[in-house]
Parts: sequence; structure tokens; C-alpha cells
Amino acid sequence: MFVFESGNVAAATGVKLARAQVIAAYPITPQTPLTEKLSVFVDTGELEAEYVAVESEHSALAVCIGATSTGTRAFTATSANGLLYMSEQVHWTAGARLPMVMCVVNRGVGAPWSVWNDHQDSISQRDAGWIQLYAKDHQEIIDTVIKAFRLTQEVCIPVMVCYDGYYLSHTYMPFEVPEQEQVDAFLPPYQYRHKLGPENPTSLNTVTLPSGRTDRDGNPVPGYMEIRRCLHMELREAIEIYERIDSEFKSIFGRGGNAIAEKYLCDDAEYVAVALGSMSNQIKDAVDELRDEGLRVGLLALSLYRPFPSDLIATELSGRRGVIVFEKALSPGNTGAVFGDIRAALYESSARPFLRNYILGLGGRSYKTADFCSAMRESVETGSEQSEHPAWIGLNR
Amino acid sequence: MKDQKTTALNLTDEEFVYPGNRACAGCGLSILYRTGLKAIGRDAILVVPPSCLTVMQGLYPIASTQLSVLNVTFASAASAASGVRAALRAQKNDHTRVVAWAGDGGTADIGIQALSGAIERGEDFLYICYDNEAYMNTGIQRSGTTPQGTFTTNTAIHGKRQKSKNLPGIIAAHSPAYVASCSAAYPTDFHDKIQKALGFTGLKYIHIHTPCPSGWQIEERLSVTIGKLAVETGLYVLYEVEDGEMKLSAPSARLLTKKKLPPVSDYLAPQGRFKTLPAESIEELQQEVDAKWETYRSQMV
Repeated sequence: MFVFESGNVAAATGVKLARAQVIAAYPITPQTPLTEKLSVFVDTGELEAEYVAVESEHSALAVCIGATSTGTRAFTATSANGLLYMSEQVHWTAGARLPMVMCVVNRGVGAPWSVWNDHQDSISQRDAGWIQLYAKDHQEIIDTVIKAFRLTQEVCIPVMVCYDGYYLSHTYMPFEVPEQEQVDAFLPPYQYRHKLGPENPTSLNTVTLPSGRTDRDGNPVPGYMEIRRCLHMELREAIEIYERIDSEFKSIFGRGGNAIAEKYLCDDAEYVAVALGSMSNQIKDAVDELRDEGLRVGLLALSLYRPFPSDLIATELSGRRGVIVFEKALSPGNTGAVFGDIRAALYESSARPFLRNYILGLGGRSYKTADFCSAMRESVETGSEQSEHPAWIGLNR
Repeated sequence: MKDQKTTALNLTDEEFVYPGNRACAGCGLSILYRTGLKAIGRDAILVVPPSCLTVMQGLYPIASTQLSVLNVTFASAASAASGVRAALRAQKNDHTRVVAWAGDGGTADIGIQALSGAIERGEDFLYICYDNEAYMNTGIQRSGTTPQGTFTTNTAIHGKRQKSKNLPGIIAAHSPAYVASCSAAYPTDFHDKIQKALGFTGLKYIHIHTPCPSGWQIEERLSVTIGKLAVETGLYVLYEVEDGEMKLSAPSARLLTKKKLPPVSDYLAPQGRFKTLPAESIEELQQEVDAKWETYRSQMV
């Protein structure tokens, strides 16, 4: 069934179809309409779930941590300072290896206060151990939410589904809502191996020694460092698992195939732009325009940011003349985070392209398709790296 | 059977905590934990934020508690317990008990927001705060419940300058299902109150005065003696609040008919942490206690 709705409703509908059992939420713009919609689904009985209206984001994730550990599928959503307020819990969830999905409706981080969009919130949590997926339209939001629930319970690693505040959360687009029976076939009920309860008394997240020790039968068990490495290794394995899940999704729903990244006119491209989220849609238009001018440009629209798909990046971008990374976040004092990761992924490439980094849209600063055209034209014409990374688009001089 | 008071004779022999755990000698919490779990039983999930109880549970993979325990972040005991309860409701499980068990720092300070929210939402679980009146686990720093004049490692020169929070009073102002104060020196009273609390739907709060030999600078063998003195001198009051009505519990109620209580200095003097408390502060405290009991006598006798 096709509907015409907002991105937040697309996310809420995905959560409903995934049959989340416990939802905890605290209001923050621009996430709020998502969890408002879920509260309506719960109150009208369309979704059989517990809705816990907590007093903070820190508690929102705490409720989800408790609920997931007790064997239910849990969901929360937030933005910006809300995500940062729960940051301790974000790390905790990954360390505890809890299957969980959280939508991050991307917004600039204060101070100064901004309610408008950029990616600084989720990018700042990149090292928390979560999987980070970015959607670029409403169809991708609802599909990614459903796939994320499947992924998280296969790998026991929490998943953030990130999408742009306002650009996607509050705009309306048509999208197809999957049938419940098909989602049920795709997404089996949640089972948690270490479920708390009297049947199987378990002490979760106890103090763990640096060196590891033996259990009561004298067998060695992992220490903190082994546990952390395990998360790291299994995050890496999650890339292939997500690709498999995406293929399965495609075979049922007919959409997908771009689990890690969507390649747009990349095959013969000498210059490739890279971006996260909804700005990719505008960059596609820019690519079309430049192609009309005879420039061989393309776009690699990344969907997966953590674990970072270094192999795909190296394969796709080696041998190009130039790579242009557009970002709505910054590692202050360094470069854009994605740019840094791409540069590292290409370090060993024998055919390393020149790399350029453009920062735009911070705190909702507007940008136009023409801005992407100019930046890409400039990159092609210059044919080399910037003297200083990054460059800025749309700064008032 | 239900009205029968818990005594050492009718307390179950069944143990829910393994011996040889990491509690300090003379730890008031270990008396409470052992007794409390007997009242809670096996069909329960505990939620524990960082505190001495985290240490008592042991180091992975060996645990001292025979029940399911979810260790959570410092500020989130009440909200994580809400999540556990939500999950049980979603699973149509109405028998498993949910118990958050935290220290005074985790309750009065960093955890108070989550706890306040949980009570306001009418969450259904038991919250136990063992109050040893400072951050003992991190090495005896002042907390919101540390009494005025107490030596702690960050009030080492003058003692704590401020008065403590009345935490059970703050909780009672939220009108939860049940509030009780207990003492580690009266474990059977604690056992009774847990059993009673678990009969209510909604949030139940039990606050326990918990002697800590290392933090209070008392001899290990004196934990129970000191705990009793706090109650017998009238300084610490054992009571219950139901439907907004406060009722003194037996160890405190029996003080109502006494003409004169032992002086609070009997409680303060053996504790190294009150060594620097000036005589006038002790006198002031005595006057406060006397006035409090004057009020109780006029209202309750």
C-alpha cells in the first residue's frame, strides 16, 4: 500500500510493523512526531506494546536496556542533545550487546542552540559500538527500520537508523508500506539468549577484570579486552550479514540492493562524490547536471557508516581521479569524520585519488543543488587536493 | 501467617547469596542483602546501579547472587527497573518481582530524577535504598544523605557543612504505594516490610540506615550496636507511610512511652567520622531530636 506521509511517520510505521514490544521516549525536536505517532498506535491498539513516557533520554535508553535484557523488542528515538544526554547508555547498550533499534533524527548539537539539521549528533557517537545506518528518503526510512530490527537480533549489536531532521522527518513523500504478514515472515519474534528471569538466573554486566579469570570449573573466560575485541570483530562481520539480510528483504519486498551504499553513475566516473543521508538526492541532480556538461562524475551515497565499509570504499574509489566528500558534521580541529575514514581506507591504494572535503549545512544552514555543482566543478577544474581540509560551503563572509 | 512477624526462628534457611562475597567485614549491607533476598524470593529480577552492592556481587564470571541481576549505569536504576517491568507486562508475566537496589548516592543524588519519574509514572516495582550516608564504594565522599558535621574524604577538614536530604520524605511527597524506613540493625523488620511492600501494586520505596564500619570508622563488631543506637536515641526513626499516613514501626514506636531517650552522643561518640563534630552541634542535634519526639508524643500518644 502506498501512502503519502512524513518521514517520522514512515519510521513509526516501520516500528509498528516490526512489532516493537516496549517503546520508551522523551520529546525532542525533530524526533517528537515519530514517538507521538507510536503513542497513538499503542493507545488505539494498532500496536500491542508498552509505551513508557520517561523523564529523560538517559532513562529512555535505560528502559530499553531493561526491556531488551528481559527478552522484549525495544525501541527509542531521539535527536541532538537527547542523543548526547543518553551517550553513557549508548555505549552501555553496545557493550552489553543488546539487540535494539534507535532512530536518530539528525539535528545540530548545542551550544548555541539549534533545532535544525546536521549530522553532528550521530557522528559524535560513532565510536560507541553501534551500527549506524543512514536513510535518504522515506521509503528507505521504513525499510531500514525493519531491516535494522532483523540485523540487530542476528548480530546482538544495537543499530541506529539515522535520517535528516526536517529534510526527511517533517517532509511528505509517497512510500510503500509493507504488508504485516510479509514483515512477520522476514522478521522472526525477538528471542534473547541471556534473558533475565527466574528460569535462568544470570548476572549481567558485572565488574570484569582487566586480565580475565577462570569460572568456577577452572575454565578461562574472556576479560574486558576480549569482550571489546569481540564487539569489534562482530561489527565487521555485520557488514556481510547486513548485505545478506538486505538481499532477503529485496526478494520479499522488491526493494533494496544498496545495503552499504548506492552507486549513482559511478561505473565510468572519474570523480566520485560521497555523502550520507538526504543530501545524496541533491547530489544526484548535481551529477546529472555535470554529466550534461560532459564531466564524468558519480555519487557513492553511503548508507552504512559504522562498521565502516573500508573494503568497499577502497574498491570503489581506488583508481578514480578525485573523490569529493560532502559532510554535515565535523571532527573539530581535524576534518569531516567521513573524510578521515575514507582517507584512511585509501591509504594503501596504489591508485589513490585526490581527496577533497566540503563541510555544509551545519545547524541547518541552507544549501542548494547548485552548491554541489560548484564544489564538484571546482574539484574537477583544480584537479588536486585542497591546500587545507576542509572547505566550507555557504559560509557568510 | 501473613500477619506473623519475622523472627530469627521463622526466617527461611534458604540462602540466596553465596557466602564469601566481597563485602567488608561488618558490612551493614550484607546483613540486609542476605535477609532481603529471603523476603523477595527467587521469582525476581534485581536491578543494581554502581554501589558497594556491585562489588559484593563479585567479579565476572563468578556471582554471589543466585537471582537474575541486571547491573546498570549509575543514574538509571529506577528507569532500567521500569524497562524490566514493561518487558514483563509485555510478556503477560504478573508474578516476577522487580527490585531496584541502590545506595544513597545512586538514589539521593545521581538517580533521583529517574526515581522521581518512575514514581510519577506509577511504575510497579520495589526500590530499596541502603543508606550508608556517603559514597563508600569510591572511598567515602559526601552524598546528599551525609549528615552535617560528618568527616568524609572530601569534607576532611571541617566535616560536611550542610544538612542531609530527607530522602524518604522526598519520596513520600510523590505519594507512591508504600514508603518505609528500616535499619540494618533490625533485619527482621526489613524482612517484614519487604513482604508487605510486595503486596502493593505501584512503586514501593524502602530506605535503610546502613552502618558501614570503614566509612563510619567504627569497629566491625559494632555495626549492629551502632545501628540500634541510632534508633534507640531517637535520631533515626523507623516508620511506614501508607495512604499518606505515617506510622512508627515497633522499634521506634516503643520509644513513645519512654520518659527519656539515651542521648544522641551515645550514637555519635563511638564513630570516628563524628570526631570533629563540635559540642554545640551535638547539643543542637539533641534539641532537634527532642523536639521531633515531643511532636510525635503529642500526635501519637
